[in-house]
Amino acid sequence: MTGFVSIRNLHKTYGSFVALKGIDLEIAEGEVVCIVGPSGSGKSTLIRCINRLEDFSGESEIRVAGIPVTAGRDLAKVRAEVGMVFQSFNLFPHLTVRRNVMLAPMRVRGATTAEAEQRADRLLARVGISEQADKYPGNLSGGQQQRVAIARALAMEPKVMLFDEPTSSLDPEMVGEVLDVMKDLAHTGVTMIVVTHEMGFARQVADRVIFMDAGEVVEIGTPDEIFGAPKQNRTRGFLSAVLNH
Amino acid sequence: MDIVETFFNIEVLRRTWPLLMQGLWVTIKLGAASIVVGLVLGLGLALVRIYAAAPLRWIARIYIDVFRSIPLLVLLIIVYYALPFVGIRLSGFFSALAALSLVSAAYTAEVFRAGIEAIPKGQFEASGALGLSYRHMMIDVILPQAIKIVIPPLTNNSINVIKDTALASVVAIPDLLKQATQAQALAANPSPLIGAAIIYIAFLWPLVAYVSRLERRFGGGGR
Repeated sequence: MTGFVSIRNLHKTYGSFVALKGIDLEIAEGEVVCIVGPSGSGKSTLIRCINRLEDFSGESEIRVAGIPVTAGRDLAKVRAEVGMVFQSFNLFPHLTVRRNVMLAPMRVRGATTAEAEQRADRLLARVGISEQADKYPGNLSGGQQQRVAIARALAMEPKVMLFDEPTSSLDPEMVGEVLDVMKDLAHTGVTMIVVTHEMGFARQVADRVIFMDAGEVVEIGTPDEIFGAPKQNRTRGFLSAVLNH
Repeated sequence: MDIVETFFNIEVLRRTWPLLMQGLWVTIKLGAASIVVGLVLGLGLALVRIYAAAPLRWIARIYIDVFRSIPLLVLLIIVYYALPFVGIRLSGFFSALAALSLVSAAYTAEVFRAGIEAIPKGQFEASGALGLSYRHMMIDVILPQAIKIVIPPLTNNSINVIKDTALASVVAIPDLLKQATQAQALAANPSPLIGAAIIYIAFLWPLVAYVSRLERRFGGGGR
């Protein structure tokens, strides 16, 4: 089976440290996949390879919608189809919220200012940030910034959305508002790959949950399988540690 | 002899004033041209120094180190007096422009590099993830943020360039200092030199004050 996002034999090392030990993974179009696991298990490295923010060796292969993710001229094309939301938001601090959302459609898709503005306002309304459109990111709360970052990624109408621990640097009271936006998004049919520590979110929203440890995929299953009846000892150990603290 | 009569002789200053103004104009033209050429060259150098393939990166680095090491006066004299031996004959103005902007570019490149490297990695990653090309990433995201960081040191550098234009009097171009020296000889009185010094100070003091203010504003860690 070839998935919409297809990862074959993905290896990644940092010097002598092996971050990913030959990952094989197929993700279907429209699927919502949550990747969970302890810190340093390679989850973030894995999704950062999907749009090649992390380089990987030639023996490894990643395809998105059939297009190989290779370094070079075509990389920007693949990246335009793959949205990403970062743990630290990474909004552009010198641009207003609206301009943050407008930039890529204008520069990459060739949208006119009017088109980009219309799209930005529609997306900002969807993530509940309409009133803040003319403010600068520095004047927004963390939760608001992350919602803008989601709108910015969506403005490119990506086929796949990557979330790299999107709520990990938020104050607890702001986690919910970001997860709510992500839940809404999951119902729209966009393919989502989410690295998260929010087990409740994974359980409720994911089609499949992937448990990773030490650079390997240990177990893949539905939320009921992973959270209800994990097969592997490592999965059980991790889940009992995070769920019973 | 009266000090005022000697150094601040109004009559002498009045007579030589047109000469000093002509000199100031040459100084401003030379300074402005050198600053602009230095900025453009420096930005290019900085980008090569950070992003180009290894051999080019090395060349940029060597250029920057060499031109930050060579005394400007030595370079100027080489350009004006030595290059004609290999057939490159530049006028006084263009010799000075070349020497000033070659050196200024080296300093400017380091300023730009520091500015670009001060931008968090996440800004590059977010730009890349959105599919922005390298050119758009630099123009729309990185450089606008780097500019804020580099304005105080760039202004400082520009002040130095304008001050260094005085060295151009060595290669016989009629800049402010050269004109003042000539006026002094004509009038047999040093007042034009004092006048020139006052003009330099009056011209550069506001810029110096501006940099101090910027440094205080940006230095506090905020934007």
